[in-house]
This record gives sequence, C-alpha cells and structure tokens, in this order.
Amino acid sequence: MSTRSGRVPRGRARRRVGTVVRLIAALILAGGLYAAFAPGVYAEEDPQLSQAAKDGKAIFDNTCVSCHGRNAQGVTDRGPSLIGVGSASVEFQVTSGRMPLARQEAQAERKPPYWSDPEELDQNARLLGQYIQELGGGPQVPDGNLRAEGGNTLARGGELFRVNCSSCHAFSAGGGALSSGKFAPSMAAATDRQIYAAMLSGPQNMPVFGDNQLTPDEKREIITYIQNLKEDKDPGGWGLGRIGPVTEGLAIFVVGVVAVVFAALWIAGKS
Amino acid sequence: MRKRKFDLNALPAAAGNEIDDRLHAATPLRKLMNKVFPDHWSFLLGEVALWSFVILLLTGTFLTLFFDPSMEETVYNGSYTPLRGVSMSRAFASSLDISFDVRGGLFMRQMHHWAALLFVAGIIVHMFRTFFTGAFRKPRELNWIVGLLLFWIAIFEGLFGYSLPDDALSGTGLRIMNAIVLSIPVIGSWIAFAGFGSEFPGTEIIPRFYTLHILLLPALLVGLVTVHLVLLLLQKHAQWPGPGRTNYNVVGERMVPRYASKMGAFFLINFAVIAIMSGLFQINPIWIFGPYKAAVVSAGSQPDWYVMFLDGSARLFPAWEIRAFGYTLPPIFWPAVVLPGILTVLPMIYPFIEARRLKDRRVHNLLQRPRDVPNRTALGVMAIAFYVVLVLSGGNDIIADQFSISLNATTWAGRIGLLLGPPIAYWVTYRICLGLQQHDREVLVHGVETGIIRRLPDGRFMEVHQPLGPTDEHGHGQLEYAGWAVPKKMNRLGALVPTVKGFFFPVERPSRTPIGNGGRPVSTGPQGQRELEEAERPR
Ligand code: HEC
Ligand code: HEC
Ligand code: HEM
Repeated sequence: MSTRSGRVPRGRARRRVGTVVRLIAALILAGGLYAAFAPGVYAEEDPQLSQAAKDGKAIFDNTCVSCHGRNAQGVTDRGPSLIGVGSASVEFQVTSGRMPLARQEAQAERKPPYWSDPEELDQNARLLGQYIQELGGGPQVPDGNLRAEGGNTLARGGELFRVNCSSCHAFSAGGGALSSGKFAPSMAAATDRQIYAAMLSGPQNMPVFGDNQLTPDEKREIITYIQNLKEDKDPGGWGLGRIGPVTEGLAIFVVGVVAVVFAALWIAGKS
Repeated sequence: MRKRKFDLNALPAAAGNEIDDRLHAATPLRKLMNKVFPDHWSFLLGEVALWSFVILLLTGTFLTLFFDPSMEETVYNGSYTPLRGVSMSRAFASSLDISFDVRGGLFMRQMHHWAALLFVAGIIVHMFRTFFTGAFRKPRELNWIVGLLLFWIAIFEGLFGYSLPDDALSGTGLRIMNAIVLSIPVIGSWIAFAGFGSEFPGTEIIPRFYTLHILLLPALLVGLVTVHLVLLLLQKHAQWPGPGRTNYNVVGERMVPRYASKMGAFFLINFAVIAIMSGLFQINPIWIFGPYKAAVVSAGSQPDWYVMFLDGSARLFPAWEIRAFGYTLPPIFWPAVVLPGILTVLPMIYPFIEARRLKDRRVHNLLQRPRDVPNRTALGVMAIAFYVVLVLSGGNDIIADQFSISLNATTWAGRIGLLLGPPIAYWVTYRICLGLQQHDREVLVHGVETGIIRRLPDGRFMEVHQPLGPTDEHGHGQLEYAGWAVPKKMNRLGALVPTVKGFFFPVERPSRTPIGNGGRPVSTGPQGQRELEEAERPR
C-alpha cells in the first residue's frame, strides 16, 4: 500500500506500482466475493462432498469418467462438462439408459439402462445426481408426486402440451422427425420423473423449459396429461399408431381398396 | 251379387298396366332393363367411387343433424374429460359432441371419413383403368373430362370437410391453404381476404366451407355424376375385344336382373368394407388434436392422403423466391398453384393430344390391352410414379421418423426420385409391354407348351407344342395377332382339366375362339347368360 505522506512527492514509477497493486487487490476481492456467493462455478480440488455424493463420485469414477473426465469437467471430443447440469439431467440421462453412452452417434437414444435392477438404477442415478449437484449445482427434480390434481388439470395440461411440446413430439407424444437425422422420441416409456427432468434439463435438441417458462405446477399438469394420453384407450378402434393421415391413407389402400378390388374380382367372376 | 274373385298373381301385372297407362314408362324402362353391360372386374372400379359417394351422402346427412358450423367461442362441457373447460369454437365442440355424446356419432363420423378416403381412391383407380384401356378415346372424351372434374371437386369437397371440425390439425392445413392462396401474384391477397372475410382465420371460413361442403359441391357432384352415367348409357360401355365383340355391339349381361343384382351386391360389399373399417380403425381423432389455436403446430401434420401430393410437392420444391417489379413471388406458388394447374389441364387434353399424334379420328368402342399400347401405358405408369413420389414425400417426416432415416435424406430422395423415377418407370413399363406382346406372338406362332417331351429319331429332345389354329408347312400358326388374350395353358384349351378353381377367378374354361364361327357371337355357358345388344352403326 502506498503511504499518503504529503512530504514525499510520488514518483511516476511508484504511482504505477500503486495502481497495479490496487488493481490486483480489487481483482482478488471480486474473485473472493464471487467464489463466496457462487461456490460451484469451478470445481475445487477437494470439494466438501456429502456421503451420498461421495458414493456417487465412486460410481462416476467407474462408469462415466472416461468420457466426462475427472471431476466431471469434460473430455474434449468425448463428453461435455457436467458442471452445472444438475441432478435433473443426470437422472434423466441415466434412468432412460442414454448414459453411459454406448457409442457416438447423431443422438443418444433411450436404451436398456446400465443397471438392469430398477431399484439399483434408481439408487445409483440419485447418487450420481447428488454428486453432480454438489459439484456444480443446477436444476433438480422435486421429490414426491409429480402429478397435478384438481378440476381442469387435464384440460390445462393438454393445452400446454399442444402449445409447447407437440411441435416436436406430435399430438400423440409419439415423436417426430427433426432436421438432419435428429428426432424427438416417443414418450411411450417415459416416467413422470423423466418427463419432468427432460423439461428441466432440455436434453440435446430439446429446449429447456425452466421454472420461469413453465411453473412447477404447469409441469405437473403436462405430465398428468401425457400419462393420461398414453393410457387413454382409442374410442374409435385401433388408433393406427396415432400417426394421423399417413397411416390412415395407408390403411385405405392396404385394407379398403384391396378389399373392394377382391370383391370386384369375385363378383365379376360369378356367372 | 257375386264378389269378383281377387287374383293375387295378376296383381303386379295389373298394377304395372295401370301405371303404364298413366306414365307410359314401359318402353323406356324395358329398354333400360334390357340394356347390356359388359362384364369385367375392372369395370366395377368406378362403382367403388359411386357407392362411396352414396355412403358419404347418407352419413353426411346424419352429421348435419348435430354439427354446428360456427366459429363462435364456447367452453366445452361435454363428456370427454381431457378437454373439459377448454375454450373452443362451436364447430369443434359439436364435433366432439358427435364423437362422444351422440349415439353412434363417432361411428358415423368415422364412416364418413373412411368413405371419403375410399371415394377418392376409387376415383383414382377408376381413372387409371380408363386411361390404360384407352376408354377415353373418341367418342368418350367428354366423359373423361367430366371424370377429371369429379376428381378435382372430390378433392376440394374432402379438403373442406376435413377443415370443418376446426381442430388443430385441419387448422394447420387451413393456414397452409391461406398461404397458398396468398402466394398467387397480384390477386392472391385479395382472394384470401375475400374468402376468409378478414385476416386469417377470422370467423367466416367454417360457415362458408360448410355451405360449400354440404350444399354446393355435393350438388355439383351429384349433377356431374348424373351426366357421367347418362353419357355412359348413351355411348354404351366400351368392352374388351374378344369373340363376337365388335366396335358396334356390346356383349354382356342384361341390366335386369343379373347386372342390377351384381351392382346391388357390390354396393352392399362397399358398405360393409367401409363399415368394418369404421368399426375397427380410428380415423381423425380430433380430441387428441385439440381445438385450433394459432400457436399449435404439431409435428407430423398432414392432410388426408388425396391432398398429400400437394403437400409433397411443396416439401420438395426448392425455396426459390422471385422478386420483380416490387412483387414477391413466394416459392409455394410453383408447387401448390402451378403444378396442380398443369395436372388439371394436361390429362384433360390428353385424349386430343393422343388422337392428333396417331392421326386417329375413328370411334372406338373396343378397349385396348395396356401391353398393346406400350407408349400410353408407359406414360401412365410414369404419371403414377410421379404421383407416388409426391404422395410419399407428403409424409416424408413420418417415414423419416418411423424408419430412422434423416429427414433431409428423405427430402433429397424425393427430389431425385421425382426426376429419375418417372423416366425409369417409363422405360421399364415400355419394355415389359413389348415383352408381353412378344410372348403372345410367340404362342400364336409356336403354339401352347404341352409339357410333353419327345425324343426325335436323331436323338434330339423337343417339347411338343399345341398349335392354336391352322399351321403352315413349317408348323407355324397362322393366327393374326389380335390384341386379345392368347390361351397359354392346355387347361385353357380344354385339353386338360381346369387347374384354377379360383374364388376370385372363374374356373378355367376353354377360351372361346371365334374361329370357324364366322365371327358370330358364341353362346357361352349352358344358360346362355351373355346377351348381345346391337348398337346403331355410327355414320
Ligand atoms: C462413451 C462416452 C460417455 C460415457 C461413458 C458417458 N457419457 Fe455422458 N455424455 C456423453 C456425450 C458425448 C454427451 C453429450 C451428447 C449427448 O448428450 O448425447 C453426454 C451427455 C451427458 C449428460 C447431459 C449433459 C447436459 O448438457 O445436460 C449427462 C447428464 C451425462 N452425460 C451423464 C453421464 C453419466 C452420469 C455417465 C455415467 C453413468 C455418463 N454420462 C457416461 C458421453 C458419455
Ligand atoms: C424443439 C423440439 C422439442 C420440443 C419443443 C420438446 N422436445 Fe422433448 N425432446 C426433444 C428431443 C430432440 C428429445 C431427445 C433428446 C435426447 O434423446 O437426448 C426429446 C426428449 C424428450 C423426452 C424423453 C423421451 C424418452 O423417454 O426417451 C421427454 C419425456 C420429452 N422430450 C418431453 C418433452 C415435453 C414434456 C415437452 C414440452 C414441454 C417437450 N419435450 C418439448 C425435442 C423437443
Ligand atoms: C353431400 C354429402 C355430404 C354431407 C352432407 C357432408 C357433411 C359433413 C359434415 C357435417 C361434416 C362435419 C362432421 C364432423 O364433425 O366430423 C363433414 C365432415 C367431413 N366430410 Fe363431409 N359431407 C358430405 C360429403 C362429403 C364428401 C363427398 C366428402 C369427400 C370427398 C366428404 C368429406 C368429409 C371429411 C373428410 C370430413 C371430416 C370428417 C372428420 O372430421 O372426421 N364429405 N361432412
């Protein structure tokens, strides 16, 4: 620190040193403040982990570290950093079988999960999630019931679903094509928690629906609608995959036209 | 006083006489009832369209009893829970009511929709039958044009009906229709505004479509169908060439009782097919789509299959935008306005183009087998290839999704297929036609293979062929190529027992050759069901 004595005239060099020192001090202060208020921004060498997170780290270091790197900081060309993705993303990726990734392709797809026992899977996904959560924070799927109740839940959920989700996943939640070989998958196998986690984390080409875009209540309504839609019987007969006019057109030729042409052959052949 | 004896058996005749005394209907009716129709399965394809149309009229009338064509907002309060409390147009709400609260309503809606799909499919299949057999030639060009008009009106009728329930799927289609109309240079925005009555979507379009859909276009369809059938009666049905069949007669079955009973049965079969499909397969589940909202555009939004070719052409066409003189010509104009324009005009003038090209001004009442006119057949298959690529491209996102192909790849496959498919189809078809002709000629010259192998004195083996007619000194048949089926199996000659006891094909009978009969008609079968009707010779 420079002394503020009036006697000694401050030389140019001294003044310069003083500026630099003040600058450094300010930087350190700012950095310290930042570190204090946002503790998860960079991973410390030895973070303070809870027991669950330590267990998660153990699993991570076994199965995920090869692609996501030490302390989940990512490996170039292998896997992205997981700092800040939150336990929602981890839970979605692990329980839907997407992670650990088997091979690099256009899009990580749902496959049979790494841990085939559902309880073990659930347990490990939560531990891994806890680890990533404590490393860098991020969105979390709330515990408890993820369905909404009350009079117009399905109606509101349906409207939200059609406006927000049907553009990619189609009216039926059966999925649809995106550009360049990417696609929005069917939600046929998705659980409540996975749907919630998907909205929170926005996997790959899906946008993130944060809590300020869709409130937790709205998310619950959407989930209730989707699960109801999947269970709902088709009142008009077989739904033809609920794909729409394409399969209906196929049906009219494969069933309708073929039937009437055979009928024509038959009736014209009668004498 | 003795009561006059009442003779029940004489009642029909007596009643008939009484009616005829007043209406003088006997002579024209007798003529109609004795009208002879040629019998071939492919002539029934037009009836598929006719009977589907009848079913559309019946089911559509049922729907009008409950449908409310209004775009006024209302809050749904019916029995489909997931939409309870949603605000929607009355049109959509009443369609939901038809589906869930009207007894048999959903079944009727489904019958109406399946019948609409079968209607247009029937028209197309019938149209290609007409094309490939040359039935559009003089004197039937007018009926060909009437048929094409029916085809286009049917498409619009279906498009308007599809939009009526005001659901999010058809609303997306309506939005595209609006964009297509807007793309027409100079007058487009004016027409769109006039049609919709305001900016899209407004509150007018559903009521207007309703008037078109249940009044104007059906009336037009009924009128044109009548013209179509009256022309058919006047010009008589074209028939396949064959024994006893000439350009000036019709060989077949009388209208009453045989042909009429077949027609009645065929109507019932069509009815049954549509009813069974409507009972088993769900179509247009509007409750999943929800009410139309501008913000809702679902993945996999398609029109009904008969409009899909236009959707496909719009998807394939590159996004070339032309700006000139302060106007912008949007890319959608070419595939969605110009292309259908060409597709309307070209087939309409085709009969005249062909007649001109062949310098053919004669009247044709005999059909041609596709193989005997390779050029036309190949052109037709080329058109089918073009059309099929467009239809498939209309659903290319579904194909991409279902078969895990990139959407871009399906689009490019469509573009390349649209350019390469038709010429390849032309060439392949042409070759196949020539090959089939060649085989017919071969059998005419060398006779039918008997399957009997004989060893000649010099040790060679040869198969014995049964000539079909008189032969020359080389053992070659002398029959002319006549453009009609040549028997190619001994069973067909009556030399072996029939092998085909088919359900769909008649039992193999010896083919009826006019040889030695002076070309006079041959009575077929023991009951002699086939009749001959002389037509007046054209001047
Ligand atoms: C073979 C390499 C590989 C392995 C092993 C692997 N991952 Fe990944 N992971 C990736 C890649 C590549 C991505 C990014 C692309 C994608 O999502 O498909 C990714 C993405 C993720 C994401 C999403 C990140 C985000 O932005 O939301 C999470 C979470 C994740 N991985 C967790 C895990 C976990 C947990 C494991 C161990 C059970 C694991 N991964 C194993 C390669 C791998
Ligand atoms: C821009 C397109 C898009 C929108 C909009 C969108 N998604 Fe997705 N969604 C995707 C894509 C792409 C994936 C696949 C991600 C992956 O495999 O990692 C996906 C995956 C999912 C999955 C996982 C499916 C499974 O079980 O494998 C769920 C659940 C899901 N989305 C729900 C939703 C919900 C709910 C909404 C609306 C709030 C929505 N999505 C909106 C594109 C979208
Ligand atoms: C003249 C007879 C017809 C009448 C009175 C009629 C009437 C109707 C009515 C009231 C609706 C709306 C009902 C609903 O909510 O589903 C409708 C829908 C429809 N109509 Fe027609 N129609 C007729 C002919 C046709 C024809 C000839 C076609 C086809 C080419 C056709 C195709 C359709 C279609 C595709 C729908 C949508 C049905 C659905 O939503 O499932 N209609 N029609």
